[in-house]
Amino acid sequence: MSATTEIVFMLNGAERRVGVPSTMSTLEMLRDMLGFTGTKYGCGEGECGACTILVDGASVNSCLMFAVDCAGRQVTTIEGLANDPCARVVQDSFVKHGAVQCGFCTPGMVVQSVHLLATHPHPDELSAQRAIEGNICRCTGYKKIVDAIVDAGCAVGDRS
Amino acid sequence: MNHAVERYLAPTSLTQALAVLAESGGATVLAGGTDLMPQSRAGRVKFARTLLNIRRVPGMDMVEVADGKLLLGALVTISTLVDHPLVRDHAPLLSQAADHFASDQIRNAATLGGNLCNASPAGDTLTPLMALDAEIELVGLDGTGVLQSRWLPLDGFFTGPGRTQRKPNELLRGVRLPVAPDDQKVAFYKAGVRPALDISTISIAFAARRRDRAILHDVRLALGAVAPTPIRARRTEALLEGKALTAELVRVAAASAASEATPIDDVRASGWYRKELVLNMTQRILEDVGNN
Repeated sequence: MSATTEIVFMLNGAERRVGVPSTMSTLEMLRDMLGFTGTKYGCGEGECGACTILVDGASVNSCLMFAVDCAGRQVTTIEGLANDPCARVVQDSFVKHGAVQCGFCTPGMVVQSVHLLATHPHPDELSAQRAIEGNICRCTGYKKIVDAIVDAGCAVGDRS
Repeated sequence: MNHAVERYLAPTSLTQALAVLAESGGATVLAGGTDLMPQSRAGRVKFARTLLNIRRVPGMDMVEVADGKLLLGALVTISTLVDHPLVRDHAPLLSQAADHFASDQIRNAATLGGNLCNASPAGDTLTPLMALDAEIELVGLDGTGVLQSRWLPLDGFFTGPGRTQRKPNELLRGVRLPVAPDDQKVAFYKAGVRPALDISTISIAFAARRRDRAILHDVRLALGAVAPTPIRARRTEALLEGKALTAELVRVAAASAASEATPIDDVRASGWYRKELVLNMTQRILEDVGNN
């Protein structure tokens, strides 16, 4: 069995202390050890973006991140964005534009959109498309998702 | 799952990290992890008994300009290569190539040092850095525990797919390259079936100095995914050196570049198709350079 390491990190604003095997992914830790199942397991190899989380404010694939490397860092999952004002706007925009069908890609799409809006408050269609290059949706054909992100950008940008 | 790892270490000094690497049995180095995770799960990479996370080593994520060189630490992320003003100003070719790397989520985690040490012939930062005359620094401890450093040209660092000149007790600390002269023209081309998250079918990085549509100087043409390592197309560079770009020269140089490529057939493309890509895209790059 792989060695277990105790790590301390901030998860959605609260300190967490957990013992993780050295080769465990952050996705496995979040879902299987801590019960944060909003972050989805899609492909497990960084192709689909369903497991996107924020680490120190930057979006990453949690399936590609070693859980031990969370030590000392700020980790935010979709659950942690429930009361985030920007994420609220993004979620409302996804609903308004019908950008959700089966919903499996949605948490990753929302987290990635929040990361985009943090650095580009007024994305155009091309920057929205580029931002979600690493997120696969098999239902919508992306049009509604891109519309939702651009529209959310307007709303977020207007308030700031 | 791979259960071989017996010890995880995240040292906070370079000397501590190098001391771990110098132990018998060595260590598997972890930086961004974006390649190590899938490769180890697929069984293509076996863990050593120690997993050594080097991300807590200070100073290895630096981006600096000193004495006419751009210095990049091994822990600089691909996103930093895309966005950092010093990289955009002084190594625009590297910045452009980094923008073609995987996806935003992967660029935010993956590191320059990881991309180089993985030594994939298709690695996205390898050809631009070779075209920019980059050198890399390898550091290790000698028998008495004193830090030793050596600089190598990046061209020559790669010895085969996944293989480099790095010794098991060494870490790649950083990269340095001359800041781009103001008359430098650059171009990067990556062929793939989709823009994002694709391993390149071929890549081409071009750099040369040219003032006022005159002759080319310091021509560099690097080709990726057409040989066991990324290569410099030296015969083609020599053909172009000191010449003005005519339609005839462009045609001859493109054919020469294709003849220097020795690609294999694999799932991404046949060798024949890769040579055709090198021919046509070299021609397009040189035409664009000639027209600007």
